[in-house]
Amino acid sequence: MESASLPLGGRSALERPPLARLPDRALKYGLTALALLILALIVYFFIRLVGEARPAFAREGVFGFTFNNDWNVNAQHFGALPLLVGTLITSGLALLLGVPIAVATALYATELCPLRLRTALTVLVELLAAVPSVVYGLWGIFFLAPKLQGAEQWAADRLSFIPFVGGGAVTIPNYFITGLVLAIMILPIVSAISREVMATVPADLKEAALGLGATRWEMIRTAVMPYCRSGIVGGAMLGLGRALGETIAVTILIGDAPQLGKHLFGQGYSLAAVIANEFGEAQGLHRSALFAAGLVLFVLTLLVNGVARLLVVRASRPGGFRPAAGEAALATAQPIAEQAAQP
Amino acid sequence: MSFERPAARVADVEPDDLLNKRGPLGPPQSMPARPQSPPTQPYASGLGTPAGTEPGLSVTLRGLRAFYGANEAVRGVDLEFNANEVTAIIGPSGCGKSTMVRCINRMHEEIPGARAEGKVLLDELDIYDGAVDVVAVRRAIGMVFQKPNPFPTMSVFDNVAAGLRLTMRGRSQGSKAELRAKVEAALRSAGLWDEVADRLGEPGAGLSGGQQQRLCIARSLAVNPEVILMDEPCSALDPIATLKIEELIDQLKRRVTIVIVTHNMQQAARVADRTAFMLDGRLIEVGATQEIFTTPGDPRTEEYVTGKFG
Repeated sequence: MESASLPLGGRSALERPPLARLPDRALKYGLTALALLILALIVYFFIRLVGEARPAFAREGVFGFTFNNDWNVNAQHFGALPLLVGTLITSGLALLLGVPIAVATALYATELCPLRLRTALTVLVELLAAVPSVVYGLWGIFFLAPKLQGAEQWAADRLSFIPFVGGGAVTIPNYFITGLVLAIMILPIVSAISREVMATVPADLKEAALGLGATRWEMIRTAVMPYCRSGIVGGAMLGLGRALGETIAVTILIGDAPQLGKHLFGQGYSLAAVIANEFGEAQGLHRSALFAAGLVLFVLTLLVNGVARLLVVRASRPGGFRPAAGEAALATAQPIAEQAAQP
Repeated sequence: MSFERPAARVADVEPDDLLNKRGPLGPPQSMPARPQSPPTQPYASGLGTPAGTEPGLSVTLRGLRAFYGANEAVRGVDLEFNANEVTAIIGPSGCGKSTMVRCINRMHEEIPGARAEGKVLLDELDIYDGAVDVVAVRRAIGMVFQKPNPFPTMSVFDNVAAGLRLTMRGRSQGSKAELRAKVEAALRSAGLWDEVADRLGEPGAGLSGGQQQRLCIARSLAVNPEVILMDEPCSALDPIATLKIEELIDQLKRRVTIVIVTHNMQQAARVADRTAFMLDGRLIEVGATQEIFTTPGDPRTEEYVTGKFG
């Protein structure tokens, strides 16, 4: 009966033998297994980290460990605040200095650069990513830092009225120089992602802006940037992830002083640097404290990624960019007469 | 003779109901005076149009040629678009009609490797003159594209205000109420106000296709152009939305000069006062629409309008 309605010789033509379906199944389960493996690895990693860090947390308390300003190996006191602050300051500085330059580079490459130069520029920026971080560290401490010390001292003197930024003597290794080198290190990834996103801006949006009489900068502001904002934020967060976790360059540049730096141009320490420096001779509680520092860094990175994801989702929601408050009020429909009547 | 004069003169001609402060070619500072390249046009002759009427300006092409690299897409076109008329450009795909229109507000040169030669006169001012600011040109000669392209991240209100905010750059921003009045006026002119009055804060991309296209028309009207170029404005729209745009075109020609590229010959017949037929980058024939469609002078025009090719 059924076969009468089916072309191509009936049922058999539509059936596939189980063996022929095997590759599909194998692919599906194989890929699922691999994906689960990664998940399992992360979970196992996290559990081990917590396990190893437990003694330190038990001694100082989770909150105490994270926020006590006291890292003294000899006295067996472990409070990670100086490390946490060092990590946050240098990474924040890297974002502050690196992202604008990266975005500007990307804008130049996609919107202004002559076609012939574009590839060269792109390759050059990406070459920055190929330099090993230890080389950045060496270059920073032996070349850049001594050259900039005078300028830093000048800035520190001028900015001494801002607490924590200026005043005091500039040391060669310090927070600022670390942030500066980190900024160079995150440049390639932030720039590459920004460029990719900018390349996806539809030509008709740019033409819409230009057709209204926008200058090139206004075109970038009205058509390109709003379209790219979430992508650029995403790129910046990837850069921040790199800056937070960067170890060897920071270890070389930050000065490895286990207390809060007195100002921006003073020495400090970071979470990653303390682990790299002290794991060799660490035993017992000290070892556990290093694991705890690793855990804090891990959680910090997770938080940053979470916030970044939230920002990206919010920014990419249609109509997510609200007009400035005053304009929003205006945009609600009211007769013009009413508007005009208001003083 | 200074270069501010054409702008000032045009501003006198066009009493500006939306933007009283500036002429169509922009504030004087946007047209830098370059004494080393003297003007070639006689700027002094005024039009003497009585105040109160709202004429658009005529556009004249003289020996216009446009290139993409070595490829010549427009091969020497002489054509006049009369003020306050609708001129349709018809012709088979690839005949250079879009390219030609994009030369009129200098959008053509935005494409890498593209360039144009010849003259495009807005009234009497050559917009390819070295002293003319391309930004000012595009404010005087607005453009509506094939695909509706509202700014996706902006609300309906902000879309229409986008051009105004650009125009008011560096000047007093005007009061919010003033901006709002201009946006409303533009939306009314585009026949969209009644449909969007209660959703000005919603994303412009949320409107229907036809509404989006009228939003784009409102956006270009808001900066009060002299000429509006429309590059197949209805090709992405359904018949009802198309009809609305066509009615709109009929109303708009009282205040602007309209050049419309279309593939749809019925549309040309419905909206255009004059029609130009192009083939292979050359202007074959231009004349009153009725004439082009009933008694064309050139056999190729006749073949095209009767559907024998293209």
